[in-house]
Amino acid sequence: MRKMVDAGVRYVLFLSALASVFIVFLILLFTLREALPAFREIGLVPILTGTVWRPQQDQLGILSMVAGSILVTLGSVLLGVPLAMGGAIFLAEVAPPVVREVVRPAVELLAGIPSVVYGLFGMVVLVPAVRNTFSVPGNSGFNLLSASIVLAVMVLPTITNIAEDAIRAVPRDYKEGSLALGATRWQTIVRVTLPAARSGIIAAIILGVGRALGETMAMIMVIGNSIRMPGPLDSNPLTLFLSQARTLTGNIAVEIKYATGFHEDALFATGVVLFVLIMVVNGSARLLIQRGGRK
Amino acid sequence: MSDGAAGPKTMTREDATFATLVRLAPSREDARPRRKVGLARRQLVQKAAFGLLWLSGIAAVAILLSVVGYVVVQGAKVLNWEFLTTPPAGGLSASDVGGMSTTIVSTVYLVFWTIVIAGPLGVMAAIYLVEYAEEMEGRTGLIPVLVSVVRFGVEILAGVPSIIFGLFGYALFVSATALGWSFSLRSAAVTGACLVLPVIIRASEEAIKAVPRSYREASLALGATKWQTAWKVVLPAAAPGIITGIVLSVGRVISETAVFFVTFGGTVRAPDSVFDLTSPGRSMALHVYYLAMETRAFDKAMGTGAVLILTIILINLLMNVVSRRLASKLKGR
Repeated sequence: MRKMVDAGVRYVLFLSALASVFIVFLILLFTLREALPAFREIGLVPILTGTVWRPQQDQLGILSMVAGSILVTLGSVLLGVPLAMGGAIFLAEVAPPVVREVVRPAVELLAGIPSVVYGLFGMVVLVPAVRNTFSVPGNSGFNLLSASIVLAVMVLPTITNIAEDAIRAVPRDYKEGSLALGATRWQTIVRVTLPAARSGIIAAIILGVGRALGETMAMIMVIGNSIRMPGPLDSNPLTLFLSQARTLTGNIAVEIKYATGFHEDALFATGVVLFVLIMVVNGSARLLIQRGGRK
Repeated sequence: MSDGAAGPKTMTREDATFATLVRLAPSREDARPRRKVGLARRQLVQKAAFGLLWLSGIAAVAILLSVVGYVVVQGAKVLNWEFLTTPPAGGLSASDVGGMSTTIVSTVYLVFWTIVIAGPLGVMAAIYLVEYAEEMEGRTGLIPVLVSVVRFGVEILAGVPSIIFGLFGYALFVSATALGWSFSLRSAAVTGACLVLPVIIRASEEAIKAVPRSYREASLALGATKWQTAWKVVLPAAAPGIITGIVLSVGRVISETAVFFVTFGGTVRAPDSVFDLTSPGRSMALHVYYLAMETRAFDKAMGTGAVLILTIILINLLMNVVSRRLASKLKGR
């Protein structure tokens, strides 16, 4: 009797383990199935390279959304990575235990704050601040810069946590060897610890990028959601970041609830592009982590 | 790790240590005579650098305090018992009147169902992956291949952005072309369960892996079957980690917006009861979004946001306390 229960349970457990694969399969199936008409009628290349998004008139260019997603991710990396790396090195190598006990939970809580709250904070505090700081015609405050700042804070915990782990995983003997040779702690960090943790740190940044590309609600709330291609507002090319934009994620969320027919297919096509983009990014991080682990 | 030089992959750790030290340390020193970079100077550089590191550590705390502080202080202006207990009035566009009571109720229902669905499924999957899949290692055949596919699947699922889950839920559950459940508690709960499943599987897997081998061996030696061992010995020992994973998922569901934006609907009226699975609703996070984007009622949005943040902080605290208490209790046994 006990043997029979044991055998039965094994299959039930096996089936529950299969559930996650089944879900992945369903996600792929349904997203691709709905997206297929768009890809078949318009073609992959025109969708990826077109700059005009008018789904009602069968114009499905999402290049401006791809550009929006990439630019805001780039901005968040530029702003967030130095801070996140500083935080990671601080937590792993410099902070006294008491301070670490304060900073680490703070970083964890940053990861737990809902994205709508970041979006709300961005709308109420950041957007007016960005609007008033840069008096360029056409700068509404709802733009790539505000979105990049919000996103930088959102990816900060991801990068800090993984990079800290990578730095901690550097064997003690590396550091001791360096210190024994008379290097200061800072020299040891810069020339021994960080290079040794390099693949983990790069993986942390790439995973941060994946997180940034997938963020939806906070982006809708601060980026302006214009379907036009982002571009500089005046002769200074840096005003590009004061331009409104729309992300791939935002494109889906803003329009899906009222889209029908071909328009809906177009949004699923946007989802497929986003999915592939994120899988490539996450996959490369995974490769790096595995390569780092093997050494 | 070395840039151009085709470093042999069989390098031992000691070799790597040595190579790193040799490559990195002396080359720079050779460029400048050693005397010039005196200890005092190097220590000065270190002080400056450490100063910056301290600043970034402090910045993380400062960012947290300013976001949380701002939302809570602004939210406190509208927060009172009445705000918590009156439903939002009006329709989609006029919900700047009234409070947030129905959104709390909807959130609770949503959390309940996502965990009821994803919790057992995730824990059972984790038991299989740790306790049963191990014996497949090195074997060939269909099941071992499936096991590695499952691991890969969990990996992928954990990286899928939430709006893709939303899109999938919309296509499979909401849309009339498939199941046709429209915007409802059941559409939202099942999609939400898919979202948190990898979180629960991973946390449970870690927790089950951490149970010492000797526990299992002792149980098996007493004649218990594999399942009896897993159910009566391994699971209780892994409980703190599993509960932590589940509480983490509760937090995830409470803060998730994108998925429920496209599956839960957004009506201010809550489902009649937790079993009213076919009614749409609006979670607290969704309420913040609608208030900010549709009605521009920023004061109420801040109030709801404050409740949301305080709930998340409470959950984090609870998680720490529970896992610590359970861990110490088990250790004491």
